[in-house]
Amino acid sequence: MRPRAYWPVTLAAALLVGLLAYGLTTTGTDTTLDAAVAKGERPSPPVGSALPRLGEDGTGSLADYKGKVVLVNIWASWCDPCVDELPLVQKTHEMMEAKGGTVVGIDVKENTGAALDAVDQFGLTYPNLRDRDGDFVRKWGQTGYPENFVIDRDGRIAAVRRFPITQKWVDETLAPILDEEA
Amino acid sequence: MRALLALLALVLAVAAPAAQAAQAPRASLPDIEDEVMCLECRTPLNVSTSDVADQQRAFISELIDQGRTKAEIKAALVREYGPRVLGEPEEKGFGLAAWIVPILVALGALALVIVTARRWRREPQPAGAEAAAAPAEGGRELDPEDARRLDAELAAYDR
Repeated sequence: MRPRAYWPVTLAAALLVGLLAYGLTTTGTDTTLDAAVAKGERPSPPVGSALPRLGEDGTGSLADYKGKVVLVNIWASWCDPCVDELPLVQKTHEMMEAKGGTVVGIDVKENTGAALDAVDQFGLTYPNLRDRDGDFVRKWGQTGYPENFVIDRDGRIAAVRRFPITQKWVDETLAPILDEEA
Repeated sequence: MRALLALLALVLAVAAPAAQAAQAPRASLPDIEDEVMCLECRTPLNVSTSDVADQQRAFISELIDQGRTKAEIKAALVREYGPRVLGEPEEKGFGLAAWIVPILVALGALALVIVTARRWRREPQPAGAEAAAAPAEGGRELDPEDARRLDAELAAYDR
């Protein structure tokens, strides 16, 4: 190959490497929230578009619950640990509702019928929003199912739990946030 | 005559949609599965074995049982799971690269072919190059030693 032919090839190779690097950096898991909460900070939730309400017309967003403590529960009925967790999530919602809080479920990557079957089966009374393709929860650094986030009365993330919740976690982590003043 | 025409029109109106329905092939799970993505595994549904893939398959099977066409089922999948379920790259952000890069590569290859072809046309062939490049009629004679070894190898092979 002649020397003058090298530069377009080099440029093309550099562009491809740059594209690969861009792809790797933009599609990786975001751990910003976890790091901030671990340091005792309370970051703002990622900005996301409104989501369709499960089993109802219209859309909803977390901003609709401003002033309340919100337990955001990321779930799907095809996920066994999520289903196992649902009775405790419902019980927690009933406890929170009495103290000016609520659970908001984010049902991810499933069809409406399957999600509503689970809602009926477990008698879930808290609102659920649908993240059809997982785009919304990806911004929360989601890595698995279920995941839970507590949003305080000021609308900031106060706790992150990337596993199913337990009664102990509810008592020791969620309850004190629920007792905080705005 | 009018009555006959009206009757004919009525028969056609009834028969045409029925014939169209009969012509439309019945949707099948294997036919749809390979054009749909498992959203969680990010692989085609026909090779996915996860729980979410099973639920997607159940959803498709339910629609097939209802007699929906392939196009209707794909539209329902997009409604329920979003456009990503069809496996097409997004038309924004990093997904744009999947649309743009192949076009740029094709244009680059085309430009390379044009430039190379023009260069070849411009450069004259050195005298006698063609004759030198052509093999001698009957092929090159084998060296006697090589011929002896070849015969020995072939004889051994025949045994």
